[in-house]
Amino acid sequence: MAVISAPASAAVAPRRRGPVMEFIYKQPLGAVSLVVILIMMFAGIFSELVAPYDPLTIDFASILAAPSWDHWMGTDAYGRDIFSRIIHGSRTALVIGFAASFIGSTLGAMLGVASAFFGGKIDDWIQRFVDVLLAFPIIVLALVVVAALRKTVVAGVDVNLVFAISIPILPRVARVVRAAALSVRVMPYVDAARAAGYSNSRIIFRHMAPNVVAPYLIMFTAFIAQAILLEASLSFLGLGVTEPTAAWGLMLSGNAADFYREAPWMILFPGIAISLAVFAFNLFGDSLRDYLDPRFRV
Amino acid sequence: MLRYTINRILLMIPTLIGVAVLVFFMLRIVPGDIVEVKLRGDGGNITQEVVEQERKRLGLDRPLLIQFKDYMIGLAKLDLGISMWTERPVIEEIAIRLELSLEVAILATIIAILLAVPLGTAAALMRDTWVDYAVRIITIGGLSIPSFWFGMLIMLTLLSLFNWLPPIVFTPIYVDPVANLTQLIWPAMAVGYRYCAVTARMIRSSLLEIMSEDYIRTARAKGVYEKLVVSRHALRNAMLPAITVIGLEFAFLIGGLVVTEQVFNLNGIGQLFVQSVSRNDFMLIQGMVMMIAVFYVFVNLIVDLLYAVFDPRIRYG
Repeated sequence: MAVISAPASAAVAPRRRGPVMEFIYKQPLGAVSLVVILIMMFAGIFSELVAPYDPLTIDFASILAAPSWDHWMGTDAYGRDIFSRIIHGSRTALVIGFAASFIGSTLGAMLGVASAFFGGKIDDWIQRFVDVLLAFPIIVLALVVVAALRKTVVAGVDVNLVFAISIPILPRVARVVRAAALSVRVMPYVDAARAAGYSNSRIIFRHMAPNVVAPYLIMFTAFIAQAILLEASLSFLGLGVTEPTAAWGLMLSGNAADFYREAPWMILFPGIAISLAVFAFNLFGDSLRDYLDPRFRV
Repeated sequence: MLRYTINRILLMIPTLIGVAVLVFFMLRIVPGDIVEVKLRGDGGNITQEVVEQERKRLGLDRPLLIQFKDYMIGLAKLDLGISMWTERPVIEEIAIRLELSLEVAILATIIAILLAVPLGTAAALMRDTWVDYAVRIITIGGLSIPSFWFGMLIMLTLLSLFNWLPPIVFTPIYVDPVANLTQLIWPAMAVGYRYCAVTARMIRSSLLEIMSEDYIRTARAKGVYEKLVVSRHALRNAMLPAITVIGLEFAFLIGGLVVTEQVFNLNGIGQLFVQSVSRNDFMLIQGMVMMIAVFYVFVNLIVDLLYAVFDPRIRYG
């Protein structure tokens, strides 16, 4: 092996790239979506500096103004600048999207690894629980949790909403991670660790967890897209983020629908923002999957 | 086959009991119920006494386990109880709205299949050409564009082109098929886009996998027309995973309807669900969740049985 591959590697002499450069080189579409995500994150973090207006300032002098140099995306029924509200809305979307996907994926991954590691009765019970949660469409399960919890806002984040969005993510991640962990469990090094008398928690965290990181990361990014979409849907229904907070789904609900004819920009731009964000995370998740785990590529 | 079917039906029971238990207790972990929402809506000063009276009337003052026992006994008799808000039977509330939602769901399925099969096939056969890329963009768009916003765009287009607004009253298909279709085709398109995208992606990937199988090479080698290779040999087998996706997405279409019905102002199952959540109508929420879960497990069963029909290799003993 070494003899055969040595001249080849000497002849081609692959340039050494960092993992980021490698990703950009191999997944150009993923790189583009990464740029969109970074722009969104920048807008979300520095909203106050980027947005030309305060998103909450009501200006009755310029109600329903069409897009112009003063208001790039026009104003809404309260004269609030839509561009500024979209900038601030990216913070809401990203914070809730990241938090919900992180909580859901992490708890799901833990459940999946535990299920695969312990097997037997514990595996059976966890799988029954996962099956039950999977019998609902994502939004239906989220709405049931919304109905169960009270509105709780901590540091400007709707905690109940984050929780409601993370619950439907949990079983979906658990199933995939369990499958990945099951294939690791039969590896000789896990047997070796067990033979060496290591504790269960040490085997789980030191030997099995590192091997399920790839599916975990893929699911985590993919579900950020889902979480952003779900937050927008719930806010649109009036069961998520509430006025006057700037949130994309909320901007489409209520009076936006009444102004179809007079002010189409009110529904046009927030929808583009949601679609672009979800599109970018979906595409990035796709590319990350191809990059990290080429086995799944078709 | 019969034994397998009966076994599968029996296996549904634990899942459905699990759903019932989970939803019942999840809704009641955190204090707060319909009485607050109902009385707060009336405004004014409500004394604690009135609140207690209303709780008692609705049976919410009884111990949790007693309520649970009654609920489970009711379920066993296929009785979903009474809506806490309208005080009509849950079954009745669902039944009067089912027709509309089911019709939108079926229309969406038809639209999705009619578009997904040619799109997915074309993308797979013309892999890595502009056709494939175009289909990829269209389908990722379907996964990213929120169905309710797509619905709003449809409405906006109809409004500016034809000055059309969604009618306020629903016309059943047996009263006036044309009026009914012009009313429901738009929401069906709005939810069907995502559905079509998911299905087309599945058809593309499974067709690609099958086209590299040995029996396709054999068929080509013995001189079968390429058209027949695709339609008889490849597409037929690629349909199996597609059926799974179509079935599961159909069972989950209620999720898309929850938001889209709001946009088109349709009084269907989706809107009923949103209402029951915002009113904390526990009985109605439970009833609808049970209905959705039953629907889901049955669609799953039908998908499994269809497999046997489409793939002669699968015979359930």
